[in-house]
Amino acid sequence: MDTFLGFEAVLLARMQFAFTVAFHFIFPAFSIGLASYLAVLNALWIRSGDRIWLRLFNYWVKIFAVVFAMGVVSGIVMSYQFGTNWSVFSDRAGPVIGPLMAYEVMTAFFLEAGFLGIMLFGREKVGDGLHMVATAMVAIGTAISATWILSVNSWMHTPQGHVIGENGQFLPADWIEIIFNPSFPYRLAHALTAAYLTTAFVVGGVGAWHLLRGNHDNRGVRRMFSMAMWMAAVVAPLQIVIGDAHGLNTLEHQPAKVMAMEGHFESHPDGAPLILFGIPDQAAGEMRYSVEIPKLSSLILKHDLNAPLAGLDTIPDDEEPPVAVVFWAFRIMVGIGFLMLGVGAWSLWARWRGRLYDSPWLLRAAVAMGPSGFVAVTAGWFTTEVGRQPYTIYGLLRTADSASPLDAAAVGASLIAFICVYFAVFGAGVVYILRLMAHPPERGEGDAEDIPGPIRSGGMHTPEDVTS
Amino acid sequence: MSLAVSFDLTVAWALLLAFAVWIYVVLDGFDLGIGILYPLFPKKRSRDLMMNAVAPVWDGNETWLVLGGGGLMAAFPLAYAILLPALYPPIVAMLLALVFRGVAFEFRWKAITPAGLKFWDAAFFGGSFLAALAQGVTLGALLQGIEVEGRAYAGGWWDWLTPFSLLTGVAVAAGYAFLGACWLVLKLEGEDQKPFRHLARLLGLVTVGFIAAVSLATPFLEADYWLRWFTWPQMAAAAPVPVAVAVIALLLARSLTHEGRDWLPFVLALTLFGLCFLGLGLSIWPKIIPPDITIWDAAAPEKSQVFMGVGALVLLPIILGYTAYAYWVFRGKLDPDKGYH
Repeated sequence: MDTFLGFEAVLLARMQFAFTVAFHFIFPAFSIGLASYLAVLNALWIRSGDRIWLRLFNYWVKIFAVVFAMGVVSGIVMSYQFGTNWSVFSDRAGPVIGPLMAYEVMTAFFLEAGFLGIMLFGREKVGDGLHMVATAMVAIGTAISATWILSVNSWMHTPQGHVIGENGQFLPADWIEIIFNPSFPYRLAHALTAAYLTTAFVVGGVGAWHLLRGNHDNRGVRRMFSMAMWMAAVVAPLQIVIGDAHGLNTLEHQPAKVMAMEGHFESHPDGAPLILFGIPDQAAGEMRYSVEIPKLSSLILKHDLNAPLAGLDTIPDDEEPPVAVVFWAFRIMVGIGFLMLGVGAWSLWARWRGRLYDSPWLLRAAVAMGPSGFVAVTAGWFTTEVGRQPYTIYGLLRTADSASPLDAAAVGASLIAFICVYFAVFGAGVVYILRLMAHPPERGEGDAEDIPGPIRSGGMHTPEDVTS
Repeated sequence: MSLAVSFDLTVAWALLLAFAVWIYVVLDGFDLGIGILYPLFPKKRSRDLMMNAVAPVWDGNETWLVLGGGGLMAAFPLAYAILLPALYPPIVAMLLALVFRGVAFEFRWKAITPAGLKFWDAAFFGGSFLAALAQGVTLGALLQGIEVEGRAYAGGWWDWLTPFSLLTGVAVAAGYAFLGACWLVLKLEGEDQKPFRHLARLLGLVTVGFIAAVSLATPFLEADYWLRWFTWPQMAAAAPVPVAVAVIALLLARSLTHEGRDWLPFVLALTLFGLCFLGLGLSIWPKIIPPDITIWDAAAPEKSQVFMGVGALVLLPIILGYTAYAYWVFRGKLDPDKGYH
């Protein structure tokens, strides 16, 4: 077997896709939420005329510009990954998923890219009204983009509406059935909500950081923290409800994935336990050192303590997903979800007592939770995608039969190149973003009073301005 | 083989995709070209100006590349599935190069040390040049033919690398640099404009030279190409293209040596690229992957074509409309005192 550093070509191709898409996913997860937040800030500024909103807009739009640029360049890579490493999949599934992705480009990417320039540099040129339209278009574009790509992804999990042609291609039979496949509404709601939560915790973390650093009297800092905590308090519980519904949908269509998430190697005819922790041993087909609550899993999944639940022992070995990755990724995601819920509730309590800005431990918790959304969405992505294995199109096309006819060395070398470039480039990007976040929104945030002359360059701010 | 074909959906999609790729080539062409010209203008002031001339629009320009990739997969999935593995090294190199030069637009302004600035300037140049080179190599590799067996690429890993593909690689990089210089003639004025006008004259000559070289080499790649260009009556259909290229080249020389009408060289350069595109299309038509795969072999089923076709008919005019609006907002000469740090 042709290998590179001991890995087979298909595994290297999977690693490359996982690496490039997980990296890419981080940026839209932030920019979807941030674009909407910017639209809200801009609308508040236009409605109220209170400069604080403009100041906050100008603070976050600089961060948005960096995040968006990284999202664009890592996204271009994705539109070619399907062909470079998964050419058989592309040939087979192209007639179904290709048009959906073309719609994503035509309805979303152009909208975002076309209006981004005006949003970033055009306020003085087009006036507040049209600038608001441009900002809204960027925000709407990010959501439309998520809708199409999640429809594609959902179809790969719950394919329907197609027939299989003579040459092995998946041919579209009913577009409505393809687009609105069974897992799509749940996945879309879950992912969009995740993007909003991720953004809320980043904004909240930055606000909390500046509050802790003695910027108590900075109105901008207080507003951003307060808005973020409202968002966390409202959306975190909502997300848990949506996630639960998504899980039930998965149980219906991809039971093996749920078995792996739950770590149920054995079937439980009279009520399955909820395994909190354990060490999955897939070869032996058992969970070692497990800590479990009896019957709770049946209650969650079937709303009945004694409902029978099948385990992986009912699934042929070559149809099982890798249990350990799915089991742990799921626990990380859910754990963070409940921590988010906790911070949201805590903030409500502090707000009610009038101490939202003066609870050091709440502020510290919010700072610590700042990047948690990125971990949660990545873990969620691993849960659902690894849980779909060993298939690319669930039940129909195996991953092993989807890859390009490439030598392991070619895939391995390009994987190494992607890893080096992504860590260097996006590492620098993170440093620049943290540097922007390290100063609080203040005078010099680009309101017309503070800066002489209109601002219209990729820079928007001089380095001196950032550090002062 | 006749050039006359019944007009069907597959032909419509081939033309639409060719149109998208042409739009990509001219739009990202001029902003990649500006990156390629970077080393010739070491002063920070010039570099700021050059970057600001494309900062509001580069992102939209690059979106056409995503449409090219996505559209190819959607309309001609087999071609997408064969081309990308066949051209794996240049495609991956292009993508990584685009990563570097894309983020440089933002990162360059965030660098607080001279070394940081230098690094992102180098990334902007290197990324732009490598992306242009890789795109040209890809074009050359496609023209010279790709070995296919069944529904998959059957050649080796270095088949794409030949003297011809290197020629097209350098030609595309030179052509992009020329487009970039013409764009800067359009966007700048007075003393700022002068060096770019001079440069555009030189690059125009170089570009036309490369067009001639590629045109002369192409007919020798495949017998079909030769027949298309040098046998009657096919020649009658093809001959107007080189004649038009010559006319446009003369007009370009005139517009670049006479002051005034700063928009004209850029528009003529776009036309020149359009003609080259037409010429290449005439060579390979109706193949999508020479020498074996025609557009009909690679086409998606009618149901996919119709579904996307409806969207494209409605959406592309809207996209072109607001793209034009975005360009309109940032029209006119760049003010060197604004947005210059």
